[in-house]
Amino acid sequence: MEKIYLDHAATTPMRPEVLDAMLPYLKDRFGNPSSIHSFGREARKALDEARDKIAAIIGAGPDEIIFTSGGTEADNSAIKGIALARRDKGNHIITSSIEHHAVLDSCKALEKQGFKVTYLPVDQYGLVRPEDVRSAITDETILISIMHANNEVGTIEPIAEIARVAREKGVYFHTDAVQTVGQIPVNVEDLGVDMLSLSAHKFYGPKGVGALYVRKGVRALPFMHGGGQERGRRAGTENVPGIVGMAYALELAVKEMDENIKKVSGLRDALIRGVTERIDHVRVNGHPVKRLPGNASFCFEFVEGESILLNLDMKGIAGSSGSACTSGSLEPSHVLLAMGLPHEIAHGSLRLTLGRDNTMEQVRYVLDVLPEIISKLRSMSPFGRTAQ
Amino acid sequence: MYSEKVMDHFTNPRNVGEIPDADGIGMVGNPVCGDVMKLFIKVDGGRIADVKFKTFGCGAAIATSSMVTELVKGKTLEEAMTISNKAVAEALDGLPANKMHCSNLAADALHAAIRDYLAKRDGQAQAGHGH
Ligand code: FES
Repeated sequence: MEKIYLDHAATTPMRPEVLDAMLPYLKDRFGNPSSIHSFGREARKALDEARDKIAAIIGAGPDEIIFTSGGTEADNSAIKGIALARRDKGNHIITSSIEHHAVLDSCKALEKQGFKVTYLPVDQYGLVRPEDVRSAITDETILISIMHANNEVGTIEPIAEIARVAREKGVYFHTDAVQTVGQIPVNVEDLGVDMLSLSAHKFYGPKGVGALYVRKGVRALPFMHGGGQERGRRAGTENVPGIVGMAYALELAVKEMDENIKKVSGLRDALIRGVTERIDHVRVNGHPVKRLPGNASFCFEFVEGESILLNLDMKGIAGSSGSACTSGSLEPSHVLLAMGLPHEIAHGSLRLTLGRDNTMEQVRYVLDVLPEIISKLRSMSPFGRTAQ
Repeated sequence: MYSEKVMDHFTNPRNVGEIPDADGIGMVGNPVCGDVMKLFIKVDGGRIADVKFKTFGCGAAIATSSMVTELVKGKTLEEAMTISNKAVAEALDGLPANKMHCSNLAADALHAAIRDYLAKRDGQAQAGHGH
C-alpha cells in the first residue's frame, strides 16, 4: 500500500540534497566554530555563510540572527528574554488565544512570575483583529506576540498591520513564523516585526535547528548562558550541520516557492472542494483565502477525530486532529474552541497538510476513501443521522 | 499504541446499532474528553439476550464498547453488573495508560442500561399492583 503523508504542518521529510549538504559537517568538517585552528575556521566559515544566507532571505542583517534548537526555543527565548529584560518598563504581555503552545505556555510561565498576559480572542476564521491589539495595549505593555500563520487551521494573520500598531505604541512585537518561513514570502522589514521565530524541519530541513531574528537594538536577556556563542545571546556550540542544512533547505524553498505555492494550493483546493462535495455536515476551518497553501482543516459532525485518523492510517494516509482524544491533555484544540466551535464539533476535526511531494492522484485517493470512513463512523455514532 | 485486539474491535466492531424495543438503554458521557456511548439491552429470563451500542469516541472507546457487548451477551444481570472497566481493558489485552478512562465509558453504559431496565421493571410491577 502506498503511504500518503498529509501532515506537513507537523514536520516535513528532509530533502536528500539537504542531507548531502550536511554530511561533510557530520564527518570531516567537524570543527568547533569557536576554535582558532583550520578545523574551527572551516566550521566558522560554513556557519557565517549559512547565517548570511538566512538573513538575506528574510530581509535581516546577519547579526540579527540567533541560531536555536528549533521553533520552541526561539519562541521561549523571545518571550521570556524580552519580558525579563524589560521588567522595569512594565509587566504586561499581549498574545492571542490560538498561539502554539511554545508561546502560550511561555506566557503562562511568566504569569506565575507576576506578569499579566492578555490572550486576544479571534474571529470565526481565526483572525486576530488589529483593533483588539490596539485596545489591549496599556502603559505596562512590553511585548506583543502573534503568530504569522496558525498551525492547525492555516489562517494567515495580519502581521504587518499589527506590527504597525505595536510600533506606533512603542511595544516590541514578536511573531512565530514557524508555519510560514519557507512556505510563503516572509520578510522582517515588510512585516515590521522586531522578532521572528523559524524552524528548519517545517521546510524540508533537519530537526533540532531553528533561528530567532532579533532586530538590532532590541535587548533580550539570553536564555542559555555559557561560552558566549551567538554574540553572547545563545551559548552552546552551534549545531553546524543542522544550520548548514537549514540554510540550504531555505534557499531551495525560496527558489521554488512560487511554483510550489501554485502546486500545493491547487491540491489543497481540490481536496477541500472534493471533501465538501462528497461529505455533508462538514465544516472547513480557517479563512477561505488568507490561508497557508498546504492547509486543509475540517470538522466532521457526529464523529471523533482519532477514529478518523486510525481509519485513514489503515488506508496509508497520515493526518492529524485537534480532537480531545488525540491530545495528551485530553482537551480539544484550543484553536478550534477559540474560533467558537463547540467542543463536540472540535471533536471531529481533521487536519490534512499538503507538501511538495504530494500529487493530485493522492488527493483523489483520499477523496475516494474518506467518505466511506466518515459514513462508517457516523453509522456507529449515537448522534446525527445514522447514514450520511 | 493500541494492541492488535483493540485494533480488531475498532476495525470490525461487534454489535453496532440500536435495539428499537430495548428493555434497557444506558447513555453515558465521558467527562474527561467528552465522548458518548449509548448501549441497548434486551433481557430474557434474567439474562442479557441481546446487546447493541453506538459510540461517538476514540479508537479505545469504540473497541471497549464492542468488547463489552461481547462480554455480557448471555450473562445474568448480576454477572453483567460486576463487569468492570478493568475487565474490559484486560479482555482487549490492555489499553495505553492515557486511554484507560475510555473503558469507563463502556462499563458505565452497561451498568446504566441494566439500571434502566431494573427501574422500568420495578415501575411496571408497581403499576401492576395498582390494578
Ligand atoms: S473516549 Fe475520548 S479519549 Fe477515548
